[in-house]
Amino acid sequence: MSFPWAKHYEPKAPVMRWIDEKLPLPRLVYNAVGAGYPVPRNLNYMWNFGVLAGFALVLQIVTGVILAMHYAPNATVAFDSVEHIMRDVNWGWMLRYAHANGASFFFVVIYLHIFRGFFYSSYKAPREMVWLLGVVLFLLLMATAFMGYVLPWGQMSFWGAKVITGLFSAIPLIGEPLQIWLLGGYAPDNAALNRFFSLHFLLPFVIAGVVILHIWALHIPGSSNPTGVEVKSESDTVPFHPYYTAKDGFGLGVFLIIYAALTFFQPNALGHPDNYIPANPLSTPAHIVPEWYFWPFYAILRAFTADLFFLPAKLLGVLAMFAAILVWFFLPWLDKSPVRSGHYRPLFRKFFWFGLIPAMAVLFWCGGAPAEEPYVMLSQIATAYYFLHFLVILPIVSAFERPEPLPFSITEAVLGSDKKAVLGENTTPAT
Amino acid sequence: MVRLIGILTGLFFTVAVLWAFATGAYTAATEGLGEKTAESEFHEHPREVAFTHDGAFGHFDRQQLQRGYQVYKEVCSACHSLRLVAFRNLSDLGYTEAEVKAEAASWQVPGIDPNTGEATTRPGTATDYFPKPFANDVAAAAANGNAIPPDLSLMAKARHDGPAYIYSLLVGYTDPATHKNEAGQTLAQTFPDSMPGAGLYFNPYFPNLNLAMAPPLTSDGQVTYADGTEASIDQMAKDVSAFLAWSAEPTLEKRKQTGWPVIGFLLFATILAFLAKKQIWAAVTPKRKD
Amino acid sequence: MATSTGTADTETLATQDGVRRRDFINIAAVSAAGVGGLATLVPLISQMAPSKDVLAESTTELDISAIEPGQAVKAVFRKQPVFVRNLTPQEIAAADAVPVSSLRDPQSLEERTKEGRSNILVTMGVCTHLGCVPLGAAEGENKGEFGGYFCPCHGSHYDTAGRIRKGPAPTNLLVPEYEFTSDTTILIG
Repeated sequence: MSFPWAKHYEPKAPVMRWIDEKLPLPRLVYNAVGAGYPVPRNLNYMWNFGVLAGFALVLQIVTGVILAMHYAPNATVAFDSVEHIMRDVNWGWMLRYAHANGASFFFVVIYLHIFRGFFYSSYKAPREMVWLLGVVLFLLLMATAFMGYVLPWGQMSFWGAKVITGLFSAIPLIGEPLQIWLLGGYAPDNAALNRFFSLHFLLPFVIAGVVILHIWALHIPGSSNPTGVEVKSESDTVPFHPYYTAKDGFGLGVFLIIYAALTFFQPNALGHPDNYIPANPLSTPAHIVPEWYFWPFYAILRAFTADLFFLPAKLLGVLAMFAAILVWFFLPWLDKSPVRSGHYRPLFRKFFWFGLIPAMAVLFWCGGAPAEEPYVMLSQIATAYYFLHFLVILPIVSAFERPEPLPFSITEAVLGSDKKAVLGENTTPAT
Repeated sequence: MVRLIGILTGLFFTVAVLWAFATGAYTAATEGLGEKTAESEFHEHPREVAFTHDGAFGHFDRQQLQRGYQVYKEVCSACHSLRLVAFRNLSDLGYTEAEVKAEAASWQVPGIDPNTGEATTRPGTATDYFPKPFANDVAAAAANGNAIPPDLSLMAKARHDGPAYIYSLLVGYTDPATHKNEAGQTLAQTFPDSMPGAGLYFNPYFPNLNLAMAPPLTSDGQVTYADGTEASIDQMAKDVSAFLAWSAEPTLEKRKQTGWPVIGFLLFATILAFLAKKQIWAAVTPKRKD
Repeated sequence: MATSTGTADTETLATQDGVRRRDFINIAAVSAAGVGGLATLVPLISQMAPSKDVLAESTTELDISAIEPGQAVKAVFRKQPVFVRNLTPQEIAAADAVPVSSLRDPQSLEERTKEGRSNILVTMGVCTHLGCVPLGAAEGENKGEFGGYFCPCHGSHYDTAGRIRKGPAPTNLLVPEYEFTSDTTILIG
C-alpha cells in the first residue's frame, strides 16, 4: 500500500485463493504484517516493542477473560474469590500471576516503545496520527491497569481507588460530586467495584480497536527508522515477513524469558504486601503507593506541595499530572526540527540522555518512595525539568540547533563508510 | 502559536513546582530535615533466617510444616483465625486422608442443629475451613483489649519478607528499658513517650514498636512435638513461620517446579529463533565485495 | 503469523547444502513456537475443570429414623438432590414381581439396596434422561404409572425401585455410594 514496490498477495493454495476472493482477510494480513509491507531495512531492536506490546495485549486479554470466569466482583467475596483462584482453581495461581505480572510486562514494553519515539522523534510528520493514537492508547492502558488493580479488593486496591478518584475532587465546584458519581457512593464499595470490573473487561477491547487504527495510520507513511531519513528506493526496505517476523520472534523469546522468570520465581516482587490484606475502609496502610508504572506521574502529583497565589497545591498537582501526559499530544508541533533522529541532533541528544532520562529515573524512584525528604525535593527538581524539557527546551533547541549531516539514504547508512561493502544479493526476496 | 502556549505552560508548571521546592527548602532550613521518631530509630528489619522453601529450587519441609501446624493449633489458634485454609489442605503437609479426617474432627466448627435450626457446633469434616476463634470483629476486639487479632492465612505474603518477619516478631520481644538500638540508646531514655502503655508489649520488629499481642511463645517445651524435635522457642517460631508460608501460598512448590521447564523451553526456543533470524537476515546483510 | 513463505525464497537462491540447514532451523524455530503454544493450552483448558474445592471429597450424613414406610425425603449430595425412600412391603413386592430381564436396565431391588435393608432405597434425584428432578418424593406428588418417580420434563416413569420403566430415560436412577453408619443414619459419598 505504501510503496510502489510492495509485493502483491498472490495466494498459491486454492483454498487461500477461494477465501481471498470472498473475504480478502489473508490479503489484509499479508499487507499489514506479512511480506506485502516493505519496512526500512535498518530498524534496530528498539523497533521490537510495538509487536511486543501487541503480544502483551493478547496475553492480558486471554488470561483476563479466564480470570473473569472465576472472579466475583462483589465487595464481600472479591478478595476470597481471588484466593479461590490462587488455591483451588486448576493452574489458577499461574494464570493470576501471569496476569498481574503481564500488566508490568505490558508497561515495560510500552515505556520502551514511547522512549524510542522520543529519541527518534517518531511523532513528527507524516506520523503525527500514529503518535496521537499512541498517546490515547497509553491513557486507555493506564485506566485499564488502575481499575484492574482495584479488583482484588485488598488494602492497596481500596485505597488506590479512593486516592485516584480523589484526584477528581480537586476540580473546583464539581470535584466532590464528580468523585461521588465516579464511585457511586461516598467511599469505594460494591458500586465502584462492579463498574471497575465492567470497564476493566471492556477497555482492553477498546484498546484493541485503537491498536488497529494505530497500525493502520502507521501503514500510510510506513515505519520510521533510526536514521530518520525517509525511504527513497526499494533497496532501502525489506519485506516485513520473513525479516521482521524473525527478528520480532527472537525479541519475543528474550522478553518471555524475563517475564517467565518473574512470574514463576518472584511473582509478588512488583506487587505490594498490603494487597494481601482485605480492604479495610477504616484503616489506611502506612505507606500507600500505586503500582510501579504509575510512579513518575504519582511523583509529579506529589511534587506540588505549596499553594501558588489562589491555586491550591492539590489542584496544581492534579493539573500537572494530567498535563504531564497531555503534553505528549503536542510533541509533533512543539519540536519543529526537520531532522528526526536523535543520532544527528547533538544538542537534543544531550538533553535527552542527560536531562530527560535522569529526570524520568528520579521520578520513577521518588514516586515509589514515601512522601518524605529528600524524595519530595528531588521529585520537584525532576518535575521542573520534565516540563521544561518538553515545553521549553524542545521548541527552543529545535529552532537553534545545527544538526549533523544526514546520510543520503537508508541504504547508504547501512553500507556505512566502507566503499567496498554491498548489500546482500537478496535485496528483493521473492516471497 | 502552539510553541508559544507550550513555553508559557511549561514555565507556569516549572515556576509552580520550584515555588513548592523553595517553600520546602525554607522549611527544611529553618526546622531541619525530617525529625527522628521512635520508629525511625528503633524499628528493625526482620532477622536473616533460612527456610527450605527459599530460592528457586525451594521446597517445603513436611515435618517442619507439621510441627508448625501443631504450634498454630496449640498456641496461635486461640486468638488467630486461618479462614482461607480448609482441613482438606492439610494433606499437603503429608497427612493421610484418615489423619486429615481425624484432625478435622478434633476441631469444633459452626453448624446448625438439624432439628431446631439453632446455631451450634459440630466436629469438623475435611471440607470445612478452620473455624474462627471469635464470632465477629467486635467480639475479637472486646476480648483482646481493642486489638483485633488478624487472620493468619496470608500473613506471610502480607508483610515484607513475611516468614522472616513472623519469625523475628515471635522471638523479638524484649524489655524496652534495657533494649539498645544500633546507636546504643534505650527507648526509655530517648523516647519515653513511646514506651509501651498498659496491655502493650515492646517489639522492635513491629512497625510501631508496641503491639497488643503478649509474647505467645514463652518457654521451651511449650509444645510437645509429635516427631520428638526439641521445642525451643526459636524452633517453634521457625516452624510456625514455615507453616504460615505454606498457608499463604500452598502452590509455591508447584510454581517453582513449573518455572524451570518453562524457562528451559523458552531458552531453547529463543536460541532457535535467534539462529533462524540470523540465517534469514544473512541474505540482506551488507557484504564486502572482495 | 509465520507461514511457509519464508523458506520459499531461500530455496531458489541457496545452494543445495544450504537449503537443508536453513530449512531445518526455520522449521525447528516455527515448530518450537507451535509446541510452546500448544503447551500453553493445557492450563487454559484445564482451568475450566472442577476446582479443588469442588472435587474435594464431599459427604452427606442423613438421619433416616424419621422416614415412615411409604415416605421419602430429599437430601442434597454434591449440590444435587438425593432421594431416600422407605418402601412399604407392597412396594417391595411390586418391585420384586417384575422379571429383571424384561427391564431396560436390568437390576433387581436387592442389587440396588444394602443387604438386609432392602426397604431403604437411596437414589440420586436426577433423571437419567437430561437431568431434571423427578416427582414422587414429596407427599402428594405424581409418582408415575409405576408408583415410583415421574419426571415431568419428558415423561420418564420409574418404578418403586427407581428403575426406568417407560419414557426416554436410558438407565435407572443412579444409586450413589453410601453406607449405614448406624441403624438410623447413612453416609452418602
